[in-house]
Amino acid sequence: PLPPGDTSVLAGLYGPAEAKVSKELPDRAALEVLLRPKVGLPGVMERSREQLLRQTCEAVVLGVLHPRTAITLVLQVLSDAGSLLSCCLNAACMALLDAGLPLTTLFCGVTCALQPDGTILLDPTARQEQEARAILTFAIARSERKVLMANTKGSCSVEEMQQCLAAAQRAADTIFQFYRDSVRRRYSKS
Amino acid sequence: LSICSRTVEPLEYYRRFLKENCRPDGRELGEFRTTTVNIGKCLCSITTADGSALVKLGNTTVICGVKAELAAPAVDSANKGYIVPNVELPSLCAERFRSGPPGEEAQAASQFIADVIENSQMIVKEDLCITNGKLAWVLYCDIICLDYDGNLLDASVFALLAALKNVQLPSVTINEETGLSEVNLKKKNPLIIRKYPVATSFAVFDDTLLIVDPTAEEEDLATGTVTIVTDEEGRLCSVHKPGGSPLTGAKLQDCVTRAITRHKEVKKLIDKVIKSITPK
Repeated sequence: PLPPGDTSVLAGLYGPAEAKVSKELPDRAALEVLLRPKVGLPGVMERSREQLLRQTCEAVVLGVLHPRTAITLVLQVLSDAGSLLSCCLNAACMALLDAGLPLTTLFCGVTCALQPDGTILLDPTARQEQEARAILTFAIARSERKVLMANTKGSCSVEEMQQCLAAAQRAADTIFQFYRDSVRRRYSKS
Repeated sequence: LSICSRTVEPLEYYRRFLKENCRPDGRELGEFRTTTVNIGKCLCSITTADGSALVKLGNTTVICGVKAELAAPAVDSANKGYIVPNVELPSLCAERFRSGPPGEEAQAASQFIADVIENSQMIVKEDLCITNGKLAWVLYCDIICLDYDGNLLDASVFALLAALKNVQLPSVTINEETGLSEVNLKKKNPLIIRKYPVATSFAVFDDTLLIVDPTAEEEDLATGTVTIVTDEEGRLCSVHKPGGSPLTGAKLQDCVTRAITRHKEVKKLIDKVIKSITPK
């Protein structure tokens, strides 16, 4: 039982496995992402998020090492208390790590909320997201803290976007440290 | 001198042009294709729609038709109308699209357009409400691609904007006695458009080079895409980078600067077209 008010996403990664002839690519692995919402059937919003996640993962996974295979990533939303997209991104990266797939770089998801008075809030709750003027989600790569994915909701000025990006890049360090600790914990027990 | 074939080694072929800072169709890296827009019942062919526009970005052709219907507002937002965008990529526009339920690209594009409308607040849903809790307008915006040659999002946003500018809503009153709505087709008011969002798309090549307005061929060879939507005040309505090569903050800033310049070009074009169709 998860504590109430937490955003949690369960990620399952399958692959590299044999791909269906219609889906296989001759020179690289075919990545597929399935996002299942907590309630209801997946709609247009889920499809749009699947595309974001898929293209983000495709940019980091060395698909050319596994041609004609299929890598399937299934994400199930268990609870949504804000910052869902960045939670999905983090779950995706950890699943890729856990599966041992060859990656060019790690990435993490960070959500920034721009409040009406101009302050930047990282990792907003659902309530804070509703009150915010704009919500920006970035996927930050570990190498040189480059931007892998960007998605915005609401409007903001160019300076505010740059400020949020800088804040997200700084926060990414904390998340990468968490990855390290998690992997260390996992492999130290066995 | 090795012969480099466009069909056998498309990426090498393209790299040769990019080295000289140009593209096979003669454009520079920051140059857009010729943009043309046709608005309204006379120029654009949809006579049954309340507003329509046809946009051509080079070969990419997108048509948008807006139909206004009446409905009861939702219970939790009794003073808001609805805007329902839908992007269709029928199999006639490109070989890659099969007939059947909408594919991922069409659905992602529909979500993108819905987000742009919401983020930019170009149409405020409260403006679409006629009577609180009883009657509101629903605007069905159907964006159909007739010819796909890359850069679907830019063309769709432009077509939507042009079509909405063209929409004339008849005035509606509720008859006190019968409780039914009465539509007066003779008295029409234009739709209130508060903001003018314009999308600018870029393709990323080899993780470093940014080219504006990619064709379908360029999109296939690119390692990533970025779409920036700005409004007339220089505010960002959307930064859409769905994965792809990682970019530094500085490169993203270059995209934003180019997008702001593009906005001015598009605004000029749309103003010219609106002026030409308004009866004097």
